[in-house]
Amino acid sequence: MSVVTVEGLTKRFEGGTTALEGIELAIEEREFVSLIGPSGCGKSTLLRIIGDLIRPTAGTVRVNGKPAAQARADRDYGIVFQDPVLYDWRTVAKNISLPLELARWNRHRRNERVQEMTRLVELTGFEGHYPWQLSGGMQQRVSIARALSFDPALLLMDEPFGALDEMTRERLNLELLRIWEASGSTMVFVTHSITEAVFLSTRVVVMSPRPGRISNVITVDLPHPRTAAIREDPRFFELVTSVREALHLGSDLDRKLEAPTAVEAQP
Amino acid sequence: MTTAPVAVQPIPRGTLAGRVGRRALDWVPALVVLVLVFVVWQESIAVFHIKKFLAPQPTAIASTFWTNRHELISAGWFTFQEALGGFAIGCGLALVVALVLARWRGVGRALMPYMIAANAIPIIAFAPIMNAWFDPFSKFSKMAIAAVLCFFPVLVNALRGLTSVRPQSIELMQSYAAGEIETFRRVRIPTALPFIFTSLKIATVLAMIGAIVGEYFGGAFTALGVLIDSRSTTFQFKEAWAGIGVACAYGIAFYLAVAVVEWLTLRWVPSTGE
Repeated sequence: MSVVTVEGLTKRFEGGTTALEGIELAIEEREFVSLIGPSGCGKSTLLRIIGDLIRPTAGTVRVNGKPAAQARADRDYGIVFQDPVLYDWRTVAKNISLPLELARWNRHRRNERVQEMTRLVELTGFEGHYPWQLSGGMQQRVSIARALSFDPALLLMDEPFGALDEMTRERLNLELLRIWEASGSTMVFVTHSITEAVFLSTRVVVMSPRPGRISNVITVDLPHPRTAAIREDPRFFELVTSVREALHLGSDLDRKLEAPTAVEAQP
Repeated sequence: MTTAPVAVQPIPRGTLAGRVGRRALDWVPALVVLVLVFVVWQESIAVFHIKKFLAPQPTAIASTFWTNRHELISAGWFTFQEALGGFAIGCGLALVVALVLARWRGVGRALMPYMIAANAIPIIAFAPIMNAWFDPFSKFSKMAIAAVLCFFPVLVNALRGLTSVRPQSIELMQSYAAGEIETFRRVRIPTALPFIFTSLKIATVLAMIGAIVGEYFGGAFTALGVLIDSRSTTFQFKEAWAGIGVACAYGIAFYLAVAVVEWLTLRWVPSTGE
């Protein structure tokens, strides 16, 4: 059974901008799927529709075989935004345990899980710190720990490392792969970065703008577990090149099909 | 991959004694200013031959206070109770109304312009009316004035706090299928707390003003405002000044009490936490 099934999905915003059109996508268990595309291709919108944070205009979205709304009510997914969105008044431990409190876990189980999670994202010793006492990369790790704390089958990530410097980003990419392999979750990962998408993913979904569509899907056949050395592998370069070409093709196709509009589809 | 989390070290907080010591040092310049003001006041009255009954010397005020300390402090306590009651009623109502307006935005949009306009009204002008509505000799007439004075600033600030939550914070709560009450409790109210405390500190001052000025228009003989007013009209300015001093002391104590609660509640805010 697919973890995520998207069929015939269209999203039009008020005012007539078509953010997404005719999206068909199935994501299998334990996949790591990146959504990549230029600004305005609707990749963040697609992620939010999968999470039932935005309602689609047409089409169906199923998560774990259930309608997206039901999956959200059942807390079937965790989400990580570009901003860490940590609550300033909560310590690291309390931020991580927020979803557990909402799910009415008892204190003992919460504390145990927070310990496990801080170990997973290598923040042991920082449980009592407040978000402002942490660096940007550490804050984002807390955010990932929070998203994984209640063991969701699916993790939705919206450009989680977009605001970080290149070195922190590469380090967190490796950590995310380790976490993915350890947790057994399915990942949907929105990014602007071609190398990041290829390095992390089992599949890269290339999207094109106006209206947002899937223009290509590239399977990444690099071996697992991946190490930093893979970034120098010739096959890595080939895949990066084919994603890049798919992106350009998508925008060429776009130009041929319709006159460019001044309206940005991304809200 | 094992990265030791060394990027950020815990903020050194030091021992309690050390922190109090540093705090005390911070206050030295302010204390110097205070002493200077009193010295200049004291000496200029002597040097410029200012009539002592118009502007008594600080030492004269202090000795008048000492002689009348029991009367003054109990009068201050009476007035402080009025201020505290008005503060509780006004702020309490304001917080409840702010929650309602934050939950039902339509109502908020309809009422907000009037709330902001009401903020600009010199509400103290209604003091004689309040004395007419309620028994001028009861504490309640002064509580009413203090409550109305406190109400609008607290309402406006609390509402701004409750509605200034980042959209992603709300999206996160939605992703956990959290209900409205959960979202208020865990996101909106904590976000609003710094705004609310700022307005509560303003409200302590307003409540004291409301109670004392209310008493100028008539009140119990045991009230501080009545005492200051009657001593001024009978040219007992030393007594009036001593009364003002007591009013200041109660007002500052009230403000500091709220500031301490704020400090205890908002430990997580960088500026108050350290």
